[in-house]
Amino acid sequence: MKLLEFLKRERRKSASVAKERLQIIVAHQRSQRGQPDYMPMLERELLEVIRRYVHVDDDAIQISLDSEDNCSVLELNVTLPKS
Amino acid sequence: MAKIIVVTSGKGGVGKTTSAAAISTGLALRGKKTVVIDFDVGLRNLDLIMGCERRVVYDLVNVIQGEAGLNQALIRDKRVENLFILPASQTRDKDALTQEGVAEILEKLKEDFDFILCDSPAGIERGAQLAMYFADEAIVVTNPEVSSVRDSDRILGLLASKTRRAERGEDPIKEHLLVTRYNPERVTSGDMLTLDDIREILAINLLGLIPESEAVLRASNQGVPVTHDISSDAGQAYSDTVSRLLGEDMPLRFHEMQRKGLLSRMFGGGRR
Repeated sequence: MKLLEFLKRERRKSASVAKERLQIIVAHQRSQRGQPDYMPMLERELLEVIRRYVHVDDDAIQISLDSEDNCSVLELNVTLPKS
Repeated sequence: MAKIIVVTSGKGGVGKTTSAAAISTGLALRGKKTVVIDFDVGLRNLDLIMGCERRVVYDLVNVIQGEAGLNQALIRDKRVENLFILPASQTRDKDALTQEGVAEILEKLKEDFDFILCDSPAGIERGAQLAMYFADEAIVVTNPEVSSVRDSDRILGLLASKTRRAERGEDPIKEHLLVTRYNPERVTSGDMLTLDDIREILAINLLGLIPESEAVLRASNQGVPVTHDISSDAGQAYSDTVSRLLGEDMPLRFHEMQRKGLLSRMFGGGRR
């Protein structure tokens, strides 16, 4: 029983795991904040089109929309695999 | 001019209604004329926490639909002067709330009151959106627990985009963090997010910290907001919270583990 407790103590504290997981998910949530509702769909469909020509992973595409004074810029980043 | 404050969280069961009841009681105890409105149509509970459940005649939806006047629906608190409750309807569905109706009620209340607290339902549906829509300030109630912190962040996103202030491009809603059910013992043992962790992740101003306390259940059992239990840790923590809301500078309490004395260790003295 003592040994079991000792082993447990060696494990990482659950709160620090929680913090790490939260930081990741919250950063992701914030990156999507203020985006138009169609963005996830647009991202998915763009990925499909690209895949017709090159095979890329799900996370190979990054899309963001920035608004400046009177125009919006849609930025698309695709990492292609080495051929 | 009245200040409209929404008490919100996204996640359910974190202490929104307890906090709305405790804070509105605290404001009224300091002489501020305060009304607290329950936006949880269909699942009202604020009346129960405030101990006025048997005095509900008309509700928010009755007023919106013109079946009762605002003054008929407002319930005067039995214990504190200057405190009024506007209960939610128990029977109608959420669509009974309209933005115009809520706007009209708030405009009328603004003439008479110093503070209008809107107790939001859980979730991000219509009731929750309407509770926050007209707010000047928001109290985001968060437990030291992953799903609550994540949902609070979602709510912060909505406060910054789906509210009247956001839509009109006015000054943003002032956001306050209220951490509830905090257990310093578990924080010390590494099994609960620390206050600093939560503040770092949500990055908003801390309004208060309420320790996990037996006094909260005792208060709701009796229908007496916990602020009245001035000997309890939670009651004092809510009182500090109200002071900060009014702009006073209060040091933080109850965030560190209490050293147990020999006697309480021997006899197991619990939290008051």
